[in-house]
This record gives sequence, structure tokens and C-alpha cells, in this order.
Amino acid sequence: MNTSMLLGKLSLDALPFYSPIAAAGAAVIVFGGLGVIALITWLRAWPYLWREWFTSTDHKKIGMMYVGLALVMLMRGFVDALMMRAQQAMAMNAEGYLTPDHFQQIFSSHGTIMIFFMAMPFLFGLMNYVVPLQLGARDVAFPLMNAISFWLTAAGAALVMVSLVIGVFSTGGWSGYPPYTELSYSPTVGVDYWIMALLVSGVGTTLGAINLVVTIYKMRAPGMKLMQMPLFCWTALCASLLAVFALPGLTVAAGLLGLDRYLGMHFFTNDGGGNVMNYANLFWIFGHPEVYILILPAFGIFSSVIPTFSQKKLFGYNVLVYATMCIAVLSFTVWLHHFFTMGADANVNAFFGIMTMVIAVPTGVKVYDWILTMFRGRLRFDTPMLWSIAFIVTFVIGGMTGVILAIPPLDYVFHNTLFLIAHFHNMLIPGVLFGLFAGYAYWFPKATGFPLDEAWGRRAFIFWVVGFYLAFMPLYALGFTGAPRRMAYYDQPEWQIYFVIAAIGALSVLAGIICQVIQLVVSIRNRDRTTSFAGDPWGGQTLEWATSSPPPEYNFAVLPRVNSLDAFEEAKESGQPYVWPEKYDPIEVPRNSMTGVLLGGTSFVLGFAAVWHIWWLAALSLLGVIGIVIARSFATDTTRFISADEVKAHESRWRTAVLAQGKASS
Amino acid sequence: MFQDTMLDPAGPVSAATRDLLFESVGLMLIVVVPVFVLTAFVVWRYRAGNTSAAYTPRWNGSRLLEMGLWTVPVTIVVLLWFVVWNRTHELDPYRTIESDQPPLVVQVVALDWQWLFIYPEEEVASVNRLVFPVGRPLTIQLTSDSVMNSLLIPALGGQIYAMAGMQTELNLKADRIGVFEGRNTMFNGNGFSAQTFTVEAMDMAGYQAFLAEARTSPNALTEESFQTLAEPTVNGPLRLYSSVAPNLFHTIMGAHGSMPHTVAEPDMSSAPHHADHAR
Repeated sequence: MNTSMLLGKLSLDALPFYSPIAAAGAAVIVFGGLGVIALITWLRAWPYLWREWFTSTDHKKIGMMYVGLALVMLMRGFVDALMMRAQQAMAMNAEGYLTPDHFQQIFSSHGTIMIFFMAMPFLFGLMNYVVPLQLGARDVAFPLMNAISFWLTAAGAALVMVSLVIGVFSTGGWSGYPPYTELSYSPTVGVDYWIMALLVSGVGTTLGAINLVVTIYKMRAPGMKLMQMPLFCWTALCASLLAVFALPGLTVAAGLLGLDRYLGMHFFTNDGGGNVMNYANLFWIFGHPEVYILILPAFGIFSSVIPTFSQKKLFGYNVLVYATMCIAVLSFTVWLHHFFTMGADANVNAFFGIMTMVIAVPTGVKVYDWILTMFRGRLRFDTPMLWSIAFIVTFVIGGMTGVILAIPPLDYVFHNTLFLIAHFHNMLIPGVLFGLFAGYAYWFPKATGFPLDEAWGRRAFIFWVVGFYLAFMPLYALGFTGAPRRMAYYDQPEWQIYFVIAAIGALSVLAGIICQVIQLVVSIRNRDRTTSFAGDPWGGQTLEWATSSPPPEYNFAVLPRVNSLDAFEEAKESGQPYVWPEKYDPIEVPRNSMTGVLLGGTSFVLGFAAVWHIWWLAALSLLGVIGIVIARSFATDTTRFISADEVKAHESRWRTAVLAQGKASS
Repeated sequence: MFQDTMLDPAGPVSAATRDLLFESVGLMLIVVVPVFVLTAFVVWRYRAGNTSAAYTPRWNGSRLLEMGLWTVPVTIVVLLWFVVWNRTHELDPYRTIESDQPPLVVQVVALDWQWLFIYPEEEVASVNRLVFPVGRPLTIQLTSDSVMNSLLIPALGGQIYAMAGMQTELNLKADRIGVFEGRNTMFNGNGFSAQTFTVEAMDMAGYQAFLAEARTSPNALTEESFQTLAEPTVNGPLRLYSSVAPNLFHTIMGAHGSMPHTVAEPDMSSAPHHADHAR
């Protein structure tokens, strides 16, 4: 057996010694990873992590793992961003400190990570944690599938991270347009890493979305009608439906590109009858709904945060529901605006421009609904609310530039320029990331029992908002001059100052992220003083606050009866917010299972083997995946009961905490 | 900074684009400005510390307000529909610009990472340098000998993809003499950042001088010399060719045989607007 059969294309050349900077990045990953492993071993935490987290099927723990993964990937994606800003600030008539090849890998991994391995897991984490609680349910519909979804997402993220150490990543950007990403123009393994990471995590995301859809349709508390669901559940439903219908577009596009690369087919090649325009259509039939998959749940978070901190009801609930549904449907009708410049007929371009503007209407209405929610309220400016207000003001700027790009003749001059980059960051940072941060701060005390430190939260907020404006407003200006995206260097002296300002903005964001790290450390350190088991720190309106913080594994000892919107707020109004019966029943919960970790791990090996053409290993791990699924199907004892005594003990401890808090406040 | 960009247009297309930008932004500000004003007002007025402000915790809707909320953006968007429909047709890149002069046809081939400009009427070609007379409409036909490219000349407007085996088209015109920059905006590999070209809008005498210069060039653009030119090149020099192999543009397109029926189409005039292969 020769080495190429054993190791495929893998050899020592795969190590990143092509550039000292890439080698340093790889070293950070390797030694960071080894450090974490050593620390866990030293703390003897492996059994605890395995038992309580890795094998857990509890939607809350899976949700927290999703958020943890997202925060780690946020760091990685942000380091990429910082490196790009530094490069472009320096590279006026100079090479800068990065080679073009390295710079290209960085912008590709930045986009891929931020969309697929930061924003998506962050959202799925929050939806996983919060939706069942808001529905008054004990778990999601398919708890084991939930764990599998998470571990497949983690496997995809791990593939991207591994590409930093072994081999290279794609240079084709997050959208991976062929024919550039075909074998003839991108012969390295980079694009294969990109394809495998998306395919593996795409399965996870699809399963996760199906799970949420079924949960929302079938697992609502007794009495809860669809139009009595909190808005966040509505947005989670819309986003999940979008994911179920849109992700196949990506899977097909990436899959066909993979067939071209692996089996020499000609779907998108320059020759043999391939056509790149098919890829553009398939990718964006996924890509545009993807934007709404990201942003709708963030809208749901704002719709939870703004009423709570305005101490008032949400304005126009029905309208917001309809607007969300409208956006979800319309998001499938606008994909062509991503390539107005591909030579389509004026009628076609005008049609898709018009459809795109139609979407702006429900979105604009939503913004006014949030303002009217604050109108005649009593506004408290805790950090979740600060993120929400910054969102409203900043987002409309991005909305306006979005409509500009939706007008085909204007797109002809702005397409592919930094104006476009400024626009979608102006949507995704305030719209998605600020929403995620608002949700993180808002639900953190629910998940842990103690709040995030407010002072450090405010500092992070200020640095982030200032950093955002400094980093992206100059890019709008550069877009007017026709400065394209993805430049490793340039020769226009007057551009440099704008890139320098943008780099200063990125440094401000860095300060914001450092504040968030400090915030987490300080909050954990102060938890003895700040912990509250009672569970309703903000005066919440929805059911997730009607249980202890953190909630017990079964969420609700007695499933709440719901007959109105804002069920917890209504229960508080009626004077009977909590139900503590004399006698409790045992509660059935899913058992832990190692299926998720095993499937994630095996899928990672499958992806890695496919990237490097190690076919025996790929075949083995594919058999492993199939074997694990079959083996699991024979497991019959998949649930266990939490005894009535245990439930009672928890509930009375919670009751004591609630009553003590009531006394303290009265 | 904004000299020779869409904000300082050098031709009718970019001038119309700039006007369209200002009009549409003006319309949108009707919705956007109130958001800033109202948010500032509401956030200040209804802060929890201000107990003198009205407080209606259970107020959750108002039919009248909601109708207003839909009516205003719907009205603006409907107005924008007309703007979009009309201007998308007026500024269609495929639409020949009206003039008493026939358009000058230039065939553009995107290479890794250079631009080839073929002047079929004059049977000369240039690389990384597009020269044309001011005041005469320009019809640019594009294809690619490599991956997808996109041609943008900020001073004149435009932007259309160039794709192998296919032809796209861009119609532009310069109203004033000047030297501008054009470039590829679609990322295509290591030489992407340097893939710019010089755009020279000249008076008739200057244009004639350019043609004369090209005709004295010792280089001939044949299918063989094209293969040399098409080798991946970063920061390639300006070049001129005194002759061009007949139908070279279509030969290049045909070499990427995605659409075999387009290979043999030597007659320029028989490639009308709607027969464009990217459509």
C-alpha cells in the first residue's frame, strides 16, 4: 500500500508554512486547543462535560452549546476581519503584510464563518433555548435530533478551523462562485473544505429547522393558539420554514460543484456545457432567504426585548405576525437582485427590483411598530434595550442603502463595490448581531441564574456601536468611487484614509469584544451576589420567565394553561402568576445519548477524508454514520422519569425563592 | 476623492444614474428621517425617570395608526416602482445610446488578469487601455477567456459580467475628454487587485492618433499570440496590436463550448439586442 492510498492528497506540505502569519494562526489554534484540553483534563472535567453536556438531549443545554460555539467562531471570524482591515489600511501602493492568496483565504473564511458558523448557531442556540420555554413545552419535538443537529454544525465549524492548520481554505469567498472555484482555477483543497463544511453543517441546520417547526406546531402549551404565541416563536417558525425550503438550494449548488470537482462533471465549468449562471441562481435562491433566516429571529428578539423594557405591550402584534409571514414568503421572490449585472433583460431586472422594494414595506412597518411600542412606555435602558435602540436607528440606514441597491441602474454602479459590503454589514451587524447580543444579555440570567454585568455591557455596547459606524461608513464612501470588494491592495492614494478610519473602527469593535469577555468573567465572578433563582429578573411577559432560573430539566412541573397573548404578563395581572400544586407527577424526559457526538465526530472524519481524498477512511466513516443511525434505531429505553419527589423538591425551592423576592421587593 | 466617479459623471449614463440616486434617496428620506426623529423623541420623553410623561402599558394597537403605517411606505414604494420600471429600461446596459453617430463597437475579452479590447471596425486591438472618441456612443461587447469578470468604469457608469462562452453588452458614452479608470470588480484570483485599465475619452484627433499608433505596432493578434497574451499576468503592460485575426472574439467565445450554436457567428450585425447569449 503506497502513501497516496493511505493518506490521499495529505502530506507534510499541507502544514501552513507557506507564510509565517498563517503558521502563527495555526499555532494559536493548535496550542489554544491543546491548552483547553489540558485544562479540562487538569480539572478532571471530562466526565462532567460528557455526562452533563456532550451527551445531553436537553434543549437548554444544546442551546447553550450552540451559543458557546457561536461565540468561539465570532472570535475567529472577527480576527479575520481585523486582519483584512489592517491589510487594506496598509496596502496602498504596497503589498501589505498578507500575500494575495492568504488575504483571499481570510475574506472567504470570514464570510463563511460569520454566516454559517457564527450567526446561524447563535440564532439556533437562542431559538433552541427560548422557543420551548416560550411555548410552555418541556422540550423540542425531537430531542435527540436536536443534539445531532448541533454536533453536525460543530463538525462543519471544526472543518473550517482545521483548514487553518492542515491545508488551506477556499479563496472563492463565502458564495464560492464557479468557474473560479472549479478544479481548473482552484486546484487546492480549499474549496473542498468549504463544500464539505457547508454540506455537513447544512444537514444539521435542516434537521434543526424541521425540529423547531414541528415543536411550534405540535408542542404548544395547552390552550395556546398560534396567534397567542410570542412574536419570537413566530419569527423562529418563519426562519425555520425558510431554512427547510431554502437550504436545499445551497446543498444542491455546493453538491453539484463538488461533483464537478470530484468526478469531473460539468455543471458549472467553462467547458463541456457547464454554465455558471445556474450556480448563481441556485446559490441565491438559498442565499436571499438565508438573509431572512438570520434576521427574522433577531426581529423576534427585539420584539421581546422592546416591550419588556418599555414596560408595555407590543404594538401591533397581529401586524407584526403578518409582516413576518409576508417577508418570509417574499424572500423567495427576490434572489435575482444579487446578479442584476449578469445581463438579464430590463423587464426581468425591473421585476426583481420591484419585488425587492415590496419587502422593504413590511420591514419599514415593523420599525414603526417598535417605535410605537416604546411610545408612552416607561423605558428602562438596560443593555438589551440599548442594543435594540441602536438597531432601530442604524438598521434604517442599511435599509435605505438596500433599496438603493434594489434599483437595477444603481446596482450597476454599486454592485461588487465596497458600498455593497457596507450595506450588508449594515443589515447584519445591527439587524442580526445586535439582536443576538440583546438576546444574549436578555436571556443570560434565565439560563444561568445570574445577570451579565451591566457596566461592562454598556462599555461593550458603546465600543461596538462607535466601531460599527467608523468601520462601515467609510466603505459607503469608497463604494461611490467604485472601489471593489476583496482588494488585497490598491493604487488610489485618496482611498487610504478611509481604510485607515475603517481599521480604527475595527479596533473599536475589538475593544467592545474585549469588554464582552471581561463582562462574562466579571459576571461569573460576582454570581454569588447576583444570583436569583426566582426567574423573572426583567418583569417578563412571556412564559420563559414563569419558571426558575435556570429552569429545571423538565421546564415546567405543571404545563401552563394559556388563553391569551403574553401569558405570563396576563397571569401576573390576574394575581396568580405561579402554579404550585400540593402533589406532583413524575415527569418523563429524554435520556442522554452519545449518538449526537458520535454522528458529529464521524461526519467530521467523513468530511476531512473527502477533502483529502482518503477514500478508505471516507468509506469507513460513511459506514460508521449509517451504522450509528441503525444501531440507535434499536434503542428502546430512550426516556427516563424524574421522580415526583425530585420535582417537588425543586419546585418548593423555587417557590421559596419567589416568595423571598416578593417580600424583599414589597 | 469623488472626481471621475458617478458623483462627478463624465457621461450621460453615469449622470442619469446620479440623478436617480438623489431622487430615490429623497423619496426614502420621507420614511427614514421620521425614524431618527421619533426614536430620539420617544427615547428621551418616555424614559422611566420621566414620570410626568403619559404611560399606557396596555395600549397595543390603533387601527388608524396602523393604516397610516402601511399607507406611507406603500405609497413611496409604488412611486419607486414606476421609477424602477422606467429607469431600468432607460438605463438598460444593452440599450444603444441615442446619437447622430453610430456607436463604436469594442469587443472586450476578460483575461487573467488583463483586459483585451478589440476594435473590429478598425481591426486593431489594445490591452489594458480603452480609447474612444468623446461624444460617440460606445457599444462594449464582453466575454471572458477565464472565470467570471465584471467591468465597471465609475466615471461613465455601467457594470456587466463577462462570462466565458457567452456575450454580454454594455452601452456607454463620454461627454467630456478625460482619462478615467476602469476595472474588474468580480474577484477572480491572485491578480484581481491589479486588474484595472485606462479609459481615455479623446477628441477625434486624439482617437485617430491612437489608431495610427496601433497600426504601427509590430504585434499582430492571431489565435497563437492570443494564447500567449491569455497566460495569467499581473500588472501586464499596455499593448497595441496592428491587426486582429478575423472573428477572434467569437473564436474565443466558441473555445469555451458551453453553447455550441454560438460558435460561428461572424457577422457582427446579426447579433442583435435580444439574441445575446447571456440572455
